[in-house]
Amino acid sequence: MNLVRFVVVRIAFASFVAGIAAAFALPLLWLILAPFHDQATLSVSLPTHPTLDNFRDVFGNTFAVRALFVNSVIQAAGAMVLTTLVATLGAYALSRIRLPGRDIFVYVLILFSSVVTGSAAMVPIFLLVYRMGLIDQHLGVILVFTGGLIPVALFIMRDFMQSIPRSYEESALVNGANQWQMLRDVVLPMTRSGMMVIGIWAFVNVWGSFLIPFILLRSPERMPAATATYSFYTEAGTPVITLVSAYALLYVLPVLILYLFVNWKYGFQFFGGIKA
Amino acid sequence: MPSELQDDILLTRRTGLTLLSPTFVFVGLFLLFPFAWVVVISFTDRTLLGAGAANPQFIGLDNFRQLFDTQTWMHSGEFGRSLVLTSYFVIASLAGQVTLGLGIALAFHRRKGLLRETIFTLVTLAWILPETAIAFTWTSFLDPSGTLNTFLAALGLPQPDWLLDAPMASIVMFNIWRGTAFSMLLFSAALGNVRPSYLETADVLGANAWQRFRDILLPMIRPQLTTAIILVTLWTFNVFTPFLLTQGGPAFRTDIMAIHTYRIAFRYFEFGLGSAIAVIVMLINFVLAAIYLFALKRGEATR
Repeated sequence: MNLVRFVVVRIAFASFVAGIAAAFALPLLWLILAPFHDQATLSVSLPTHPTLDNFRDVFGNTFAVRALFVNSVIQAAGAMVLTTLVATLGAYALSRIRLPGRDIFVYVLILFSSVVTGSAAMVPIFLLVYRMGLIDQHLGVILVFTGGLIPVALFIMRDFMQSIPRSYEESALVNGANQWQMLRDVVLPMTRSGMMVIGIWAFVNVWGSFLIPFILLRSPERMPAATATYSFYTEAGTPVITLVSAYALLYVLPVLILYLFVNWKYGFQFFGGIKA
Repeated sequence: MPSELQDDILLTRRTGLTLLSPTFVFVGLFLLFPFAWVVVISFTDRTLLGAGAANPQFIGLDNFRQLFDTQTWMHSGEFGRSLVLTSYFVIASLAGQVTLGLGIALAFHRRKGLLRETIFTLVTLAWILPETAIAFTWTSFLDPSGTLNTFLAALGLPQPDWLLDAPMASIVMFNIWRGTAFSMLLFSAALGNVRPSYLETADVLGANAWQRFRDILLPMIRPQLTTAIILVTLWTFNVFTPFLLTQGGPAFRTDIMAIHTYRIAFRYFEFGLGSAIAVIVMLINFVLAAIYLFALKRGEATR
């Protein structure tokens, strides 16, 4: 009896895992194979004559190259730097000064950011950015992303700050440093790995997000890869599928590399509810 | 508390507030102000172009009356219809994500190795890769001649044109695929904290797998279950990604709330009406978030 049960359990486990693996891998299969086809369709098959021509075509397309290597980089890096900077300074102050209600402040912010979200939030935010004259500007996209990312960044960073011993700051002050020197020479170097986590998290978020640039940007010259990919497969009449698939693969690559890097270096950090 | 006393010594309040001021500016400008302003606009007939843009008029509750007009609100492409479609979408996605996430976490409970790493990586990648690229590969996956139908054909099953024949089922499937990682990671972290001795005791007492799950594991992960249910509901209610697959079509059959809001405000440029929808959406979000905070608080009190 025990042997039978053992075999049944093994088979049940194996088929469940095989089912999960198939369900999660099959949709990605096309993204990995199609870019290397000489004439791709929307169906999946092994490339019989693998080719890199599609990638050459991508690099020959000015719009595609500018979106991926210029616009996406400007917007993701801009929001990354701004979010990390603002959240680090804010979190440090929150963990070191007494303010009435400072402990619930971050929770209230997170509550607000989960309420003011998605396309509902974009209605007033669009009108605000329009009023600021920042529609169709990189800066508008960067500011709006930063505003949305700050609550969670502050939350992670504050946790991080609280784990830093105060004795280093105390000895800096005792040795005659002023507050700004203490911040620059003691606090910031010690929070480097926390800033790294926030930075990567912010970058990946902005790199992969579609809605904000889709609504705030108009001209093809400023579109990031997120909206460029979309316009490739919807608005270009009949899309050149091989080209778009090669482009999508290039677009996914940085996130894949950052994930593998983070996983290898820290183990994938999971802050309940927060991506990457 | 002593540490509280030290705080103002390390950093003067003035420097502290200076360091916090960028946070206040961003939060005020992009979180609090939009929240207040959208309520104001919802009482006007504001549009992007024409008279409504230059000089929007105060029209009281007219926008809300239009949304909840029982004569028309259930028509295809209208607000009430969108609420109904959204509830299908949310309930089906939620059931799928939570059960699948729990299933994977349980299957790999107390297991290590390459198989677990591979599955967890695949499911996590589905969650974090850029949405536009993912939507594109799903378009090909769901294509009449795509991978899914090739697979179904091999099993001798019917092969529909998914995005035309079953658009709602398609975006639910897509959303479950995209979001399962959250429940999986949450549950698997919680299960990792269950003391092995509890399970060993159960084994000694001769409990079967179901009893072990019901009496030991389930009570241990109840807080995470609550978290997953509320947060997945909140996120799914606001998710815009299905737009990349269906644009809300065909014939408004996937006109879920996020897409509906987008269409009214940014396709028809009716910002007054769009703001009224946004106010309702944010109210629903607020209720969900409040339930979440309440559940968290209660969990802390009983622990």
